[in-house]
Amino acid sequence: MTFRSLLRSPYTGFIFFAVLLLLIPLAVTNEYYLNVLIIIGINSIIVMGLDLLMGYTGQISLGHAAFYGIGAYISGVLSAKWGVPPLMGLLLALVGVSIIAFTVGNPTLRLHGHYLAMATLGFGIIVFIFFQELDFLTGGPSGLVGIEAMTLFGITFDSDRSYYYLVSIVMLIILLLSINLVNSRVGRALRAIHGSEIAANVLGVKISRYKNGIFVISALYAAVAGWLYAHYITFISPSSFGFMFSIKLVTMVVIGSLGSLWGAIFGAALLTSLPEFLTVVEDYETVAFGIILMSVMIFMPRGLLRGIEDLVIKIFARISDRSEVQEKINE
Amino acid sequence: MISLEQQILQFVITGITIGSIYGLIGLGFSIIYNSTEIINFAQGEFVMLGGLITVTGIQVLHLPLPFAAILAVIMVAVIGIVMDLFAIRPLKDASAITLIIITIGASIFIRGVSSFVWGKEPYTIPAFSGEEPIPFFGAVIQPQSLWVLFITIVIVVGLKQFFDRTLTGKAMIACAFQPRAASLVGIDVSYMVLLSFGLSGAVGAAAGIVIAPMSMTQYDMGVMLGLKGFCAAIIGGLGYPWGAVVGGLALGILESLGAGLISSGYKDAIAFTILLLMLFFRPQGLLGKTKGDRV
Repeated sequence: MTFRSLLRSPYTGFIFFAVLLLLIPLAVTNEYYLNVLIIIGINSIIVMGLDLLMGYTGQISLGHAAFYGIGAYISGVLSAKWGVPPLMGLLLALVGVSIIAFTVGNPTLRLHGHYLAMATLGFGIIVFIFFQELDFLTGGPSGLVGIEAMTLFGITFDSDRSYYYLVSIVMLIILLLSINLVNSRVGRALRAIHGSEIAANVLGVKISRYKNGIFVISALYAAVAGWLYAHYITFISPSSFGFMFSIKLVTMVVIGSLGSLWGAIFGAALLTSLPEFLTVVEDYETVAFGIILMSVMIFMPRGLLRGIEDLVIKIFARISDRSEVQEKINE
Repeated sequence: MISLEQQILQFVITGITIGSIYGLIGLGFSIIYNSTEIINFAQGEFVMLGGLITVTGIQVLHLPLPFAAILAVIMVAVIGIVMDLFAIRPLKDASAITLIIITIGASIFIRGVSSFVWGKEPYTIPAFSGEEPIPFFGAVIQPQSLWVLFITIVIVVGLKQFFDRTLTGKAMIACAFQPRAASLVGIDVSYMVLLSFGLSGAVGAAAGIVIAPMSMTQYDMGVMLGLKGFCAAIIGGLGYPWGAVVGGLALGILESLGAGLISSGYKDAIAFTILLLMLFFRPQGLLGKTKGDRV
């Protein structure tokens, strides 16, 4: 394998990233920063799934917080009310979410554009209301307390540091699965659907099966993230899974750069840590958030990652242009 | 003790009132969607601004209600125009997702600024003409409900005249059908888009003003109202302005009956379930006609 093909391989980046992630706790010892990093990890799991759906397959969802919430609530309620161990909770959450996602996805994904956006948004709000109203199970608007801390195979993850490693490993597994998925036959089929559904159909891609499949997969990612969140915070309330969070997830995908898994992680990291930076301007936080959203979209509509890439290429092109001109003058 | 029939009548009256509001908000969505194919997620913020500016006009500037209302309508129309100039116009040929994010950004921005200007507490203004309920076949009608209906009818009739009778109105319809063709016959499309944002802001503000006496006006009230207006527009048929009004009334009545007869906690869930059923079984809306997709 030559150096060049090594650079091009999608796994090279993955290995660098994995090493970086596992080394971070050596440099970051502050519990608070670790806590932010854990939330970034959890969010990037959902955002990767949403990017598979939005960026690769071209189907928008404004209701993904619902799957995140269902994952968190299934495992959380089972743990708090009946003491079901987290691993069992995860399995049941995955089964529950895949049934719900499949049932909802089937009629919903026949819609396009604004109609699809509105249907997923409506689904998200309905689920949110159920979290609030089923208070004998969920504790209602004031939240669910008493979720047990994460224990897997006899190991209790009760410190921020151990939880950081757990989240990182889960996230890396999901990243690896996603890299394989997008570079496979399935990934090409998904991109074909994004390009043109009719053309993909003519070429023999079973569109509805692929769209449903990727919708269920992205819902499962969100459920895993919800499970990690519930057993980390050990307290959940509906407000974490509302419409605004769905919007934030979509924003992470778009700001990161649609159709790029690295972009998804970058977007999740940026938007999750943004409020921490913005505390400097405290009360202006929401105003600043709105301005940043709008200006990224206006000046870099392809997202920050690609936008920066384009900028670098442009600058290099200009430099090489200039040197070519210089050479011509010299001649 | 009031009978079930009277209760149902009462729910229908409430439903018509709130449904007119949803219809007005949906009308605002449709006006912008028609000329740009943009779903403006800041539409609910226009409604909130309309209410809050009126509150300031009355309580701080001590203006009489009609002047405060006119001031609010004009200011929100200007805000709509500013939004088009600074957030929408710089993007030519942007994707639907980009435009959705932009308008969401604008709505977050407007909400943030409003939470500064007005704080987070709710405001209310006195009803336009007294609060003595009018008895009606065993049910009662709030005078403000009549105002809501009256203003809705005035706006709907006014807009119908504007789109059917004036050159500018017809030019806007032309942009909706075919922006390219419209520009070929000499219509300034970007001016029409600007106008549609202004008009949509004004209609949104009017909705915010008429409900200000009936519900608490607060910096974050726009989110749910905006979504319900969007529901109304889709239920009626996206892009059919009169559909938004029909959709709003249908949504308001069903939601009010559901809340009264089934459970008030699930009121919003009922509204969005209706939306989902509509999208699954009749996505073109109540008034829309089926049309084939072009490749």
